[in-house]
Amino acid sequence: MSDFRTRVEGERPYLLRYASLQLRDRHTAEDVVQETLLAALAGEAAFAGRSNLRTWLTGILKHKIVDAIRRASREAPSAGGDLMEELFDESGHWRDMPSAWADPDAALEQKEFFAKLEECLARLPARTAQAFMLREHLGFETDEICKELGVTATHCWVLLYRARMALRLCLEQNWFGR
Amino acid sequence: MMPTCKEVSRLVSQGLDRRLGFIERLRLRVHLAICDGCTNFKKQMEFLRKAVKQLGG
Repeated sequence: MSDFRTRVEGERPYLLRYASLQLRDRHTAEDVVQETLLAALAGEAAFAGRSNLRTWLTGILKHKIVDAIRRASREAPSAGGDLMEELFDESGHWRDMPSAWADPDAALEQKEFFAKLEECLARLPARTAQAFMLREHLGFETDEICKELGVTATHCWVLLYRARMALRLCLEQNWFGR
Repeated sequence: MMPTCKEVSRLVSQGLDRRLGFIERLRLRVHLAICDGCTNFKKQMEFLRKAVKQLGG
């Protein structure tokens, strides 16, 4: 049915943006989206009766993304960490004490906030970003992430910790303040 | 001995990924009770989790 095909194809830009954000590599993102669209067209019958095409496609895409991350997981080791030195002095005190963010929940109503959050995510080292998105966006447990990325639990916590520290700093500097 | 802010930030992060041990939770709680900076930090981490869940939805 060509109508279904048109509707699926219409979701391509959204899926591409979603995949690019998590994979941080345009070519890989295009590949997984292509695989997703093909799988969707082949599985039209499986969609029948479901309410939301985008949700269904995103579900397929998530699996393709995890597969892609699994394939890429043996690449580049994570980058070094001057970030902690930037944040804490020798005695372990904040160099710049975190102050309260004004009405953070209001930010969740704003498109611009999410655009900024995406920019901040894009600045993370690839592996750090992957670990973080697997955990916080796709909702994996830490031991599953370790398996996907081929790292120890301890290293996994370090990656997640670094991601959070970097994202907090980025949001503070670019959205909440100063 | 009191944990440093650096250690507390690490524990706050790990607390989002695993169940902390009794001693860890105790150290965390004692520090948070007297440290506004780390208390703000903890709230920001919880907010970050919420924000990322809603991303691209």
